[in-house]
Amino acid sequence: MSNNPIEQFQLSKLIPIEVGGVDFSFTNSSLFMVATVAVASAFLFLTTSNRGMVPGRMQSISEMGYEFVAAMLRDGAGSGGMRFFPMVFSLFMFVLVANLLGMFPYFFTVTSHIIVTFVLALLVIGTVVVYGFYKHGLSFLKLFVPSGVPIYLMPLVVFIEIISFLSRPISLSVRLFANMLAGHITLKVFAGFVTSLGAMGALGIGGAILPLVMAVALTGLEFLVAFLQAYVFAVLTCMYLNDALHPGH
Amino acid sequence: MFVTAAYAAGAEEAAEIAFPPFDSTTFASQILWLVITFGLFYLFMSRVVLPRIGSILETRRDRIAQDLNEANRLKEEADQAFATYEQELAEARSKAHEIAQAARDAAKADADAERARVEADVAGKLEKAEAEIALVKNKALAEVDTIAAETAAAIVSQLVGGTVTKAKLNAAVKAAAEGGE
Repeated sequence: MSNNPIEQFQLSKLIPIEVGGVDFSFTNSSLFMVATVAVASAFLFLTTSNRGMVPGRMQSISEMGYEFVAAMLRDGAGSGGMRFFPMVFSLFMFVLVANLLGMFPYFFTVTSHIIVTFVLALLVIGTVVVYGFYKHGLSFLKLFVPSGVPIYLMPLVVFIEIISFLSRPISLSVRLFANMLAGHITLKVFAGFVTSLGAMGALGIGGAILPLVMAVALTGLEFLVAFLQAYVFAVLTCMYLNDALHPGH
Repeated sequence: MFVTAAYAAGAEEAAEIAFPPFDSTTFASQILWLVITFGLFYLFMSRVVLPRIGSILETRRDRIAQDLNEANRLKEEADQAFATYEQELAEARSKAHEIAQAARDAAKADADAERARVEADVAGKLEKAEAEIALVKNKALAEVDTIAAETAAAIVSQLVGGTVTKAKLNAAVKAAAEGGE
């Protein structure tokens, strides 16, 4: 294990697969995607298998997750948004479990790769665009034309609206990716301080206490961030879906 | 790292060049596996898990609503029973009052009748007694004349010797009685 804080994001091929010159290898990232899905599915499936009228602790957690996301979606996109409930729930759970799994030492964090978060963000924006045009036809474009704006300001406002719409998948994906990446790098750097200072003798061990405390505190913070980023991702998904359902401002 | 880097060794120097998240050679693989895993996850969630949790919550909501309805129904029944009880109690109370009144009236009537009877009895006895007294008095008064005549005859015979006829005596007594009156 090197002290390089970037190495934890390195992919390694577990099963090399190559199709037509393109690398589709099953990597450690793929493994943790599978693990994320398996852990989340198994938890949600097994805890609810009793279908208890009075829920146990574990069943309560699954039900709370369900109602949490349902309330979020209903508040964000209205009751019409409930058709997207499986998608929002899956996104929230996937991101949350991937983030939390990444908190285990030596585990790979799936969401620390921009391409993963970007694909998830594209799924959201793609859904918004496709459903928006499917449901409202061309009047979906009203999304870019706020009402009550003076006509001479209209071109500028429409331009700004389009830019803000196009930046959504980027901001959505970069926010999650950057948070996970930065958190893990910071943790690694502070943990690295502890070991390298500890190797410097008695004085170093004394000096290592501060980074150790920081590393512990940051671990707590990272758990918060892991949940918060999954929540933010889901909330923003709900807000964007609201645009697809009600394009008029 | 969880797994020993199989190609991290070869990419050790490459890692210095490409920051792993921006290494586009890994994108295809990550996209493919993300689509596969997330797609399966989505299917499993939308087909199995979410309907199940939804039905659990629905069943519970129905059950609670049903229980609340049942409770309301029972409460209404209890209220109704209480109202009936109140009404019956009021009826019983007024009936008891009536019965008491009737009993009181009957007792009073009996007492009155008894008193009347006793009074009538006493009055009858009183009348009888008075009649007897009058009878005795009359008899006594009637005998007074006879006694007076006999006494007069005795006095006359003592004073004059000889006898006086009874008729003369009676007339004399009568005249005396009338004159003395």
